[in-house]
Amino acid sequence: MADASIIPAAVTGMFDLLSPFGPGWGANLLRGLVRSLQIAFGAFGMGLIIGTFGAYAKLYGGPIARDLAAIYTTLVRAIPELVMIILLYYAGTDLINRVLEGMGYQRVDISGLAAGIVVLGFVQGAYATEVLRGAIKAIPQGEVEAARAYGMSPILMMRRITLPAMLPHALPGLANLWLISTKDTALLAVVGFSELTLETRQAAGTTKAYMTFYLAAGALYLFITLFSNVILEFVEKRARRGMPSVKEAR
Amino acid sequence: MSDTQIEVPIETFPIHKESDPSRRSNRLPPHRIVLGLIGLGLVASAAFFMRWDWLPNYGDLILQGLWRTIWILCVTVFLGFLLAVPLGLAQAAGPAILAIPARAFCTVIRGTPLLVQLWLLYYGLGSLFPQYPWIRGSELWPYLRQAWPYAVLALTLSYAGYEGEVMRGAFASVPKGQLEAARAFGMRRFTIFRRIWLPQAIHRALPTLAGEAVLQLKSTPLVATITVVDLYAVASRVRQDTFLTYEPLLLLAAGYLIITAIIVSLFRRIERLIPSKLG
Repeated sequence: MADASIIPAAVTGMFDLLSPFGPGWGANLLRGLVRSLQIAFGAFGMGLIIGTFGAYAKLYGGPIARDLAAIYTTLVRAIPELVMIILLYYAGTDLINRVLEGMGYQRVDISGLAAGIVVLGFVQGAYATEVLRGAIKAIPQGEVEAARAYGMSPILMMRRITLPAMLPHALPGLANLWLISTKDTALLAVVGFSELTLETRQAAGTTKAYMTFYLAAGALYLFITLFSNVILEFVEKRARRGMPSVKEAR
Repeated sequence: MSDTQIEVPIETFPIHKESDPSRRSNRLPPHRIVLGLIGLGLVASAAFFMRWDWLPNYGDLILQGLWRTIWILCVTVFLGFLLAVPLGLAQAAGPAILAIPARAFCTVIRGTPLLVQLWLLYYGLGSLFPQYPWIRGSELWPYLRQAWPYAVLALTLSYAGYEGEVMRGAFASVPKGQLEAARAFGMRRFTIFRRIWLPQAIHRALPTLAGEAVLQLKSTPLVATITVVDLYAVASRVRQDTFLTYEPLLLLAAGYLIITAIIVSLFRRIERLIPSKLG
């Protein structure tokens, strides 16, 4: 890998630089892609969990829970993701270490992967709260009332009625959130987590073939988006089976 | 790409929903008072127990950064919107030769992270330019050597990509009857566009435009990664100089909150100016 920097970029072809073997940087990019996807999955899942609690707090919570959820969603959606990431990444790890030291434990090194997932999941949670809240509100009132009339406990009702019934309404918004989540992983490059964008930057900086590597990274991100679109379309079609199509409903 | 695009613009900032009437009462409920007091206590303790003595030294720099952030935001939203109108129109009503490139542009912009686009333009394009002597000799060269033209270009293209999709929906949602009536009046095509189609489309897109403007504000700190000194870059510099972790970041977050509030109230005012009686 060291000799790649010695050979001038103009001599080695574009595909030599991108090849996954030998002096090529393809393997690095693919490793970054896998890490990006890990973070995107983790953050999206965590966002869903936070979003479910947030939506329930906003819809059924007491006045204080409602206000706290409103403050959370408003703040997260008004402060830039990059600032949130820096704030949570540095300040968060600093706070945890201070608390640990105060309790007499050793300082811990928080892994970049875990920190990235938590930080992006916290941001995603705010958007997921709004998406899920809207979807739950779109469930016909009669279904919820019928479940209550059967004497279902709130947990059972959530598992059997609310969550399955809201899914088709929530899917377009959640699909969008997933795409945002894959793209937001790029921001972690700024705090030095080596996902796809940072790997690209390092490869480009070493070989001076900036155009090649950034175009390749863009193509990889675009591929994730287009591939996700195909899958999400299929999932949405399946979730909406038996329901009138969106176009007819309009 | 099929017609059922999944990436519908989600509602990003709920300013256009009437909050339910029970919350609209003038009396402040007791828990709000308690929450407000807690909030005030937090702000006061931050003011007292944290170090703010660096603030006067960086006053000018902060104002400069603030100005640059707002300037970039306004310019890119304006230029991006100008670009989004033809993009949306081409997709909604244009011939295939225009619609397909417009659609491809929107897909590529929305399918890749802004950070990659920014770095592609700044490092990629920026590293190609010096190889050509005629570019180095041209009038534009002093600008092309700086970072801000790339920042403005990347943010403009990004805004146009997202907004083009919104405008496509807005143009398509103007009722056919309106356009047919205009044609029956004998208006020329451009007059129809200027008097009927565009105003109604903009009115339909306004709520989303407000959300997109807030999103654009949230994208501006990325320009700090290509050495443009905006508000975020100033805060980073303060952090490096003073070794403070929390104070500059909290001030930065508060600054962005205030700008967001201003954008939201501005759009709300614009929306109120337009009579909302659309068929």
